[in-house]
Amino acid sequence: MTTNTEAAATAVPPGAATGLRPARRADSRTRKGSGSRLVKHIVLIVFGLVMLYPLLWMLVSSLRPNNEIFRQSGLLLTTFEFSNYTEGWNALRSPFGHYMMNSLIIVFGSIAGNLISCSMAAYAFARLRFRKRNLLFAIMLMTVMLPIHVVIVPQYIIFSQLGWVNTFIPLILPKLLATDAFFVFLMVQFIRGLPRELDEAARIDGCGHVRIFTKIILPLMMPALATTAIFTFIWTWNDFFSQLIFLTDPDMYTVPVALRSFNDSTATSSWGSMFAMSIVSLLPVFLVFLFGQKYLVKGIATTGGK
Amino acid sequence: MSVLSELSSLKRSKSTVKRKMTRADKQEERAGFLFLSPWIVGLVAITIGPMAASLYLSFTDYNMLQPPEWVGLENFTRMLDDARLLNSLKVTFLFVFISVPLQLLAALVLALVLDRGLRGMNLYRSIYYLPSLLGGSVAIAVLWRQIFGTEGLINQVLGFFGIQGQGWISDPSTALGTLMILNIWTFGAPMIIFLAGLRQIPVMYYEAASMDGASKLRQLWTITIPLLTPIIFFNLVLQIIGAFQSFTQAFVVSGGTGGPADSTMFYTLYLYQKGFGNFDMGYASAMAWLLLVIIAIFTLINFMASKFWVFYDD
Repeated sequence: MTTNTEAAATAVPPGAATGLRPARRADSRTRKGSGSRLVKHIVLIVFGLVMLYPLLWMLVSSLRPNNEIFRQSGLLLTTFEFSNYTEGWNALRSPFGHYMMNSLIIVFGSIAGNLISCSMAAYAFARLRFRKRNLLFAIMLMTVMLPIHVVIVPQYIIFSQLGWVNTFIPLILPKLLATDAFFVFLMVQFIRGLPRELDEAARIDGCGHVRIFTKIILPLMMPALATTAIFTFIWTWNDFFSQLIFLTDPDMYTVPVALRSFNDSTATSSWGSMFAMSIVSLLPVFLVFLFGQKYLVKGIATTGGK
Repeated sequence: MSVLSELSSLKRSKSTVKRKMTRADKQEERAGFLFLSPWIVGLVAITIGPMAASLYLSFTDYNMLQPPEWVGLENFTRMLDDARLLNSLKVTFLFVFISVPLQLLAALVLALVLDRGLRGMNLYRSIYYLPSLLGGSVAIAVLWRQIFGTEGLINQVLGFFGIQGQGWISDPSTALGTLMILNIWTFGAPMIIFLAGLRQIPVMYYEAASMDGASKLRQLWTITIPLLTPIIFFNLVLQIIGAFQSFTQAFVVSGGTGGPADSTMFYTLYLYQKGFGNFDMGYASAMAWLLLVIIAIFTLINFMASKFWVFYDD
């Protein structure tokens, strides 16, 4: 994992303010006693375990029979009970895979939308001169902090009049229109760090803006696109509020909405299967975290994620 | 570095020298609006249009069946008498102003500990960061419901020490506390921002200070913390804005009711109930605008107060 961060630091174009500079490593190591370092590690490990304990316990409990979940606070597994997974998978009207598919459609639609629309807007803000650019840029920055609640009621009214409630359109269409301004900002920052000489050379060779964007800027901004794709994946997969509002038909439920209805309908009798499906629902995010960590860390460090 | 500093630097740089546009300039402008067109459509149709509509609706009575009926300020005067709304404000304020400072304190302390070129620092960072990625999900809220339930994990552990636990989520005096703990648990994201900020501090400051005989603690107070104040400010603004909008955890933990006894009735949860439970769209819109105003006021207060404690190096 060490190499990951170092790679991240070098993959960033000069000038991009990521601040992943390796700083003061050597001095503290020589001065500090090995004893106090050991204590520090022990404290950090214990604290880390406390942090992760609920997650680990949920994982272990999902493999336990129901009556044991309430008696076992430890992590030791005596029996493997996979029936929680098969029961949970089929506990709702459709198999859980159906809800995962719905979530994935929205997630990948959102990723595609964000990648295309946000990169276009970012290119315009970062590289092109036009009237009212500063004003529009300021408006864009302000929408980053806008609470969704001031737009969701009218959006719901409009979308329901268009007959789009219980379709995925209300959840994907806004992404195609670059409403996730956070990513526009992230990409603007990245493009500003790319050397301008590249586009100027291409201009002299007779390239238009569309070609400069597609042939030069886009290939160079792959790290920013990866960060955007990963964040979009996680935020959309976890998003509950808008999916709860726009998807009320059980066939259209996504993973969080399905899990919530499971939670409300089963009370406390089947924690095992509920935990099992919770684990299933966390797994994609965990995998993305595992493989996309360097982009996540960089994205958060540059622009301060949510 | 951040959205905030970008906004304030925009204010400063107003440099538009009027000159005649060449053909290339015109071409560039056309390209600019072409590339910006999806965003502009989105801004008008998905953001500003609905904002204006919700402002209008906030002065009407509208249930989606009959056309909106203009009622003037009635929705807003109704709010003043709405005990549940005032309670939801209290619950939200308590949540924001207790859990955000504690969350940031945890993030800052861990970032300071992790920063000193520690072995395995990347592994620790990952472990502490993971909860903030998962914390917003329904699955974690489900888990929280179990952990803090009457027969939940916490009470099992307490029982091991011979302490008789209680139903933390079913007791109105502790239910909100469990949600605060959940929010504090997700300190990983601000911690990463702190870590990035710490690495921007030039090593030579510390070298000079050690040469002058300053202790580690003194270095922390006179170098690290002052130079980190812009990042602390940035995290504070972002987390406060985010915490005001918390919804999922309270919704799932309380089964959508905001109970017990409205003790987890976040403002957004009440807004949801009014708008999408009762279809009282006028009232819900008025509530949404009040939320926007509240968030704007606290952000403004934050900015004004920052003059007194945030230290800018430049």
